[in-house]
Amino acid sequence: MFELSPTEWTAILLSLRVATVATLVATPLGIAVAWLLARREFWGKSIADALIHLPLVLPPVVTGYLLLLTFGRRGLVGAWLADHLGIVFAFRWTGAALACGIMSFPLLVRPIRLSIEAVDRRLEQAAGTLGAAPWRVFLTVTLPLALPGVLAGMVLGFAKAIGEFGATITFVSNIPGETQTISSAIYSLIQTPDGDSAALRLVVVSVLIAMAALVGSEWFARRALQRLHGN
Amino acid sequence: MLRVDVSKRLGEFGIEACFESDGRVTGLFGASGAGKTSLINMIAGLLRPDRGIIAIDGETLDDTMAQTHIPVHRRRIGYVFQDARLFPHLDVRQNLDYGRRMNRLAEDGALHRRVTDLLDIGNLLDRRPGKLSGGERQRVALGRALLSQPRLLLLDEPLGSLDEERKEEILPYLVRLRDEAGIPMVYVSHDAYEMRQLATRIVMLRRGRVTAFGGTEVLPAALARV
Repeated sequence: MFELSPTEWTAILLSLRVATVATLVATPLGIAVAWLLARREFWGKSIADALIHLPLVLPPVVTGYLLLLTFGRRGLVGAWLADHLGIVFAFRWTGAALACGIMSFPLLVRPIRLSIEAVDRRLEQAAGTLGAAPWRVFLTVTLPLALPGVLAGMVLGFAKAIGEFGATITFVSNIPGETQTISSAIYSLIQTPDGDSAALRLVVVSVLIAMAALVGSEWFARRALQRLHGN
Repeated sequence: MLRVDVSKRLGEFGIEACFESDGRVTGLFGASGAGKTSLINMIAGLLRPDRGIIAIDGETLDDTMAQTHIPVHRRRIGYVFQDARLFPHLDVRQNLDYGRRMNRLAEDGALHRRVTDLLDIGNLLDRRPGKLSGGERQRVALGRALLSQPRLLLLDEPLGSLDEERKEEILPYLVRLRDEAGIPMVYVSHDAYEMRQLATRIVMLRRGRVTAFGGTEVLPAALARV
């Protein structure tokens, strides 16, 4: 009964690939943004903050359509990228990764920002008096101490990316083998007669992936905390 | 030779301080709120003066007229804080080694041994800061600052968070440091007893101004601790 068909496997592997790439690319960016929001005052900070959180409150279809307008073949950025760098997002799995990355970005940034804010700035000052330039203070003190938050953000972002549906299907459609993730496969299957058992199998798989992500992050966070407070 | 001539406004409070000292240990003495910590934060480069000059041995660290401000990490000034501020994610050995790594200094086993012996912290090297007593933490913080090989060491009430017994435990180490380490120090305290034990020059501060300067004889006569 629980035999996954090649199409289902394709959707699962594609989802994992899309979510992994989205998370790995978004994490360094997310850390930089989180640090800026936590530690710097600059003009337009509240606007930047709102922009980052926008995908959380906009209807996903709207985000997907905006992505299509910007990164589509004829979009402002999309056309330039295609002409100059040969990078195409529209109707490709990379586009799915972009959509997932943007949709999960606020969830990724938030825990990182909170954990950076929680790092004692007096420790950063101490590192400065010991000769550490600001970027080395960040790498040797701030980031290691914020690590549990970084991991939490990555897991949340990954989970969101795995589950993303609205923006992805609007931006890159639902092409088996290219852009059909678990979510869009389930959506297609429940539209077709006799698709129920296949849909159910994919539902079980997504529950398992989500559980594994949660358990894994819990484990990492506990280990990181032990390392930090080293008792 | 340490030269300080600065002013700084901090809200309602203002600091207007001018002194020169070539003592081995310059004591900044005054009640809490006199501006002692703000003053050494300016020497350390953690706080920028509104106006004035800070110089060590003829090298200018701050000169507002010339718009000079050497950032904190390039000053080579060690700082021992009242609350130790050891890095919780590093063990004692890594804490001690931090300044050497950041300043890209060569490993110096002899210096390392001398400092760990001087402070009796050789047996703590593998421990995490969370497993140290208050006195041990402060000794490690001293060692960490010394091993960054500073040209000046700032100590901001390093005994302030310790109980009487622990103070008596640390004080001899500070005296040894003064007599053996050969690094000029600025010692901040509101405790006349500590000052008498350690300082060779006293700068008395009151409400952000220098009210007296000289040997330990300028300290209040009463032996009672403030």
